[in-house]
Amino acid sequence: MKLHEYQAKALLAKYGVVVPKGIVARTPEEAEKATADLGGKAVIKAQAHTGARGKAGGVKVANTPAEAKQHAAAIIGMQLVTHQTGPQGLPVGSVLVEELIDIDKEVYLSVAIDNSAGMPVVIASPQGGMDIEAVAADSPDAIFKQHIDPAAGFRDYQARELAFACGFEGATLGPMVVLIMGLVKAFEASDGSIAEINPVVLTKDGRVLAADAKFSIDDSAAYRQKANMELQDRSQEAAKELEAHDAGIQNYVKLDGNIGCLVNGAGLAMATLDAIKMAGGDAANFLDIGTANSPEAVVAALRIIGTDPDVKAVLVNIFGGLARTDVIAQGVIDAKTQGLLPQPTVVRLAGTNVEEGLRILDASPVELIRADGFADAARRVVAAVK
Amino acid sequence: MGVLMDENSRVVIQGFGAAGQREAKNSRDYGTQVVCGVTPGRGGQTIDGVPIRNTVREAVDEFQANVSLIFVPAPGAADAMLEAEAAGVPVIICITEGVPVLDMVRVKRVFSGSKSTLIGPNCPGVINPAARSRAGIMPVDVYLPGNVGVISRSGTLVYEAVDQLTRVGVGQSGSVGVGGDPIIGTSQRKALELFEADPDTAAIVLIGEIGGTAEQEAAEYIKTMSKPVVVFIAGATAPPGRRMGHAGAIIAGAAGTAAAKQQALREAGATIVENPSDIGSTMLKVLKDRGLA
Repeated sequence: MKLHEYQAKALLAKYGVVVPKGIVARTPEEAEKATADLGGKAVIKAQAHTGARGKAGGVKVANTPAEAKQHAAAIIGMQLVTHQTGPQGLPVGSVLVEELIDIDKEVYLSVAIDNSAGMPVVIASPQGGMDIEAVAADSPDAIFKQHIDPAAGFRDYQARELAFACGFEGATLGPMVVLIMGLVKAFEASDGSIAEINPVVLTKDGRVLAADAKFSIDDSAAYRQKANMELQDRSQEAAKELEAHDAGIQNYVKLDGNIGCLVNGAGLAMATLDAIKMAGGDAANFLDIGTANSPEAVVAALRIIGTDPDVKAVLVNIFGGLARTDVIAQGVIDAKTQGLLPQPTVVRLAGTNVEEGLRILDASPVELIRADGFADAARRVVAAVK
Repeated sequence: MGVLMDENSRVVIQGFGAAGQREAKNSRDYGTQVVCGVTPGRGGQTIDGVPIRNTVREAVDEFQANVSLIFVPAPGAADAMLEAEAAGVPVIICITEGVPVLDMVRVKRVFSGSKSTLIGPNCPGVINPAARSRAGIMPVDVYLPGNVGVISRSGTLVYEAVDQLTRVGVGQSGSVGVGGDPIIGTSQRKALELFEADPDTAAIVLIGEIGGTAEQEAAEYIKTMSKPVVVFIAGATAPPGRRMGHAGAIIAGAAGTAAAKQQALREAGATIVENPSDIGSTMLKVLKDRGLA
């Protein structure tokens, strides 16, 4: 679950990370007042779950409160389109009004999970403000890493090594170490999955600040991160994904094609999208129904797919393990009978209780396209949309 | 022989709820020795013919359990894995999905200095068809005893691959589902080492997916292997930045794409399967080319 910049900064500040003075505004008038409160000048930053906001017109400098009001009026309510959002963009419901800072130096800092090492890693680079992937590709020597070993915890010397590597020394060393330690504490206490400050800024008056902040929380830890999970901004999620989530389907991703998919297991679901592509089609969604234990759960999932106006045909691809194919078969019949799945529907069943599953399909007058195996199923569903 | 499980495997199930009871029955019907269940507070009961104890220690002392299969819900799963390790169970398999990643950081640290092997979490488990020894949730009908090992991050793709192999008459020495989470007990590389060392295994199917660099690390090991490896990577058409069901299946950076993984594995000498429906036929061809089938 992603936090907005202003939420991430508030979280980091609780753990000692210094952030610029800032006020969230939800109307142009609030932005005007906030700018006046900050001394008459401010930067107005769109709050949306994407980077590269500046290039997309989502970040503007205001030299007067009146100008701040104008900028905020243009930004609040816009659909912010960046290379990370897709063509539809993300809605902007608020702006962060922040003090202007005089930048002496910018560095990169983040914490992420290092899957191979099995522990989080703190990453720093003196090349701040840039896309870290590009830095890693072009100048790998400019990337510095320190792991957070759960036995010893993250130590001051590790923070100092990163600070030195980024050119902090003398009076600026202490504040940089405090900032790094604060980021690590916030990550650990909040079940972070990624936390990024890009850039950390050394100001001309010697302060070390988090000028931007991104923070994602591990969805698996939602049960013990209730306060943070309440910060979720539902406007940043696709409508179909919210609908699926509210129906209890955790693993749904909306895609750009026209073939709806209902699959059990994430790997099989990904492979199904791949097979559809190879057969010349494009999937409208990823949906891992997991262990569907009732026809009602299957109907609820098929309703999400069947009511998607982009969907022209549907592929049900199930290899039952914990999931029972007879339950899936009954769910498909029920969804068809209730008129929730008007599109041509290809069904491929294998695994647990498959004889009973096929018998249920055979016994029903509902029209379905039966497939035997993966490639056959993909071919048939692609043919159905052509 | 076989990998991780054999005729002498004695399984304790931690978390003897609905799923634990169902899979205890399925494994016993298959021929596996399920010797005990552990549910704290229900020690002394017998459920469906299986004796229940309060602790894994009792399961080891009283029933000589040497494989633990964990169904404990996510908030308690890390605790269950650590309890089994502390009791000295040599093979610990965690089925549970949704374990917080920072819990797995601590668990992984403990297992890094341990004699126990952890498989999972978020995995379908381990099976040895020749020994009819099963600790997991996989359907047993699709398996045929034979000489191909199957390793996968995804559960359902294990079944799919095994089914395709069986349909073309290629049996399996075993399958190991390593799990779909970012941090797992046994990597694909480690699982490859187990099958490489197993005299009953002649070739291996490896099923990876997008996200992370585990397939690249497996590729480094494949360069040194004597046995052929056939690979399918799921998620070639997945959009970057989106989590595709598995917590670990998200493309963050160039190394996480299917194309990057395929390239590393191809360069290491593995046979790459582009279409998921060709896993069985490709392995048959590889075995025939080498005079192994």
